[in-house]
Amino acid sequence: MAKKRVVTTKINGRPVEFLCEPRQTLLEVLRENLDMIGTKEGCSNGNCGACTILIDGKAVDSCLVLAVEAEGMNIETIEGVASADGLHPLQQAFLEEAALQCGICTPGLIMSAKALLAQNPDPTEEEIRFALAGNLCRCTGYDKIVRAVQSAAKMGCASAAK
Amino acid sequence: MKDFEYEAPVSLATAIEQIAAGNGSVKVLAGGTDLIDHIRTGRLTPSLVVDVKKIPELNVLEINSDGLRLGASVSCASVYGNEDICRDYSALSDSCHIIGGIQIQNRASVGGNLCNSGPAADSIPSLIALDATCVIAGPQGTREIAAEDFCTAPGKNVLESGELLVELVMPARPAKSGSHYLRFIPRNEMDIAVVGVGASVMLDETGETIQSARIGIGAAAPTPLFAKEASELLTGLPANEESFAKAAAAAQEIVTPIDDMRGTVEFRTHVTGVLTKRALHVAVERARKS
Repeated sequence: MAKKRVVTTKINGRPVEFLCEPRQTLLEVLRENLDMIGTKEGCSNGNCGACTILIDGKAVDSCLVLAVEAEGMNIETIEGVASADGLHPLQQAFLEEAALQCGICTPGLIMSAKALLAQNPDPTEEEIRFALAGNLCRCTGYDKIVRAVQSAAKMGCASAAK
Repeated sequence: MKDFEYEAPVSLATAIEQIAAGNGSVKVLAGGTDLIDHIRTGRLTPSLVVDVKKIPELNVLEINSDGLRLGASVSCASVYGNEDICRDYSALSDSCHIIGGIQIQNRASVGGNLCNSGPAADSIPSLIALDATCVIAGPQGTREIAAEDFCTAPGKNVLESGELLVELVMPARPAKSGSHYLRFIPRNEMDIAVVGVGASVMLDETGETIQSARIGIGAAAPTPLFAKEASELLTGLPANEESFAKAAAAAQEIVTPIDDMRGTVEFRTHVTGVLTKRALHVAVERARKS
């Protein structure tokens, strides 16, 4: 078996060091080694986006990243989105717009939307739909999801998205 | 996932040593959007994965009077995030915009798309249209090959054991040149091309006559194709729909598509013609504005 590696990262603002095998995906390490089960496993092949996290501010599918690649990277997951003061505007908007049913796609959608709003605080509907194209929702809630992102943008999510 | 070793060399020389020493059981990792899935499903079983993203030569993104140098591990998002590429090498940024969703574009590289050598790879027709040269390094030194000669069969290419793609070099784009890539898919995004066509044109000063053109076609043969005759017949013709139709007819002559769930031979041949006309139309419009 390949030797385990020590990987030093920052996760949700905190320095985190973990031990992993080269064959482990970042998704697997988050969920199984670090008990951060907010990030969901859907297809595990990059189609569904349920495992979306941000690496250095960019949305990626954590099932398609090796954990050893994360050395020195700044990782954000759904667990870091709410603050001590309460829900993030995106989370609040998803609740208010009923933008989820089963909830499996929600952490990934929120991470994708967060990356979008950080880069483009006032996106058009089309821009939102393109930015979320890599996140599948099989409860067919796309219209509500898009409305939630629009509503979060109105709430001034950009300032909160930092 | 099956067990493997992992290296992330910071120099090209070390990477070549590691890849060559692995005796064919090494896989190169750039964005990993295909590789990691293939290892997970057991389709590939490397003993060593060499992550090439820390090698400076593979991260080059340089555009100057000589042209464009694109390191093999540069992400699709970095390509379309570069205004100069979007303006002068639009076919390539068009491709990068439609490879997967944002999550894939943030990781996947054009070099990786080429090295996976899928017949439907969205970046390859654009590389062909933009006359890209592939720079390959290996234990024997460096060699170059034209983009249209890189793929040899579905999933196969000219890379020998121990070699790796370092960068893609595209010539400078003179005034009055433009390019475009488009594909047919039944969805709006996140799908595999039924057919994809990249076209690049250079017009004369008036913007009315085609001086030269290059057309690349994907998903219509075992490898992406350079439509040589269709490209060359455009030289000297007026930049209008009639000329585009002639090129489209010539392009349809060279395709050898398959019948599958995405489309029949007849449909793919038809779509090759339609997309060739549309790609040329947009490339010419862009050239006139440049």
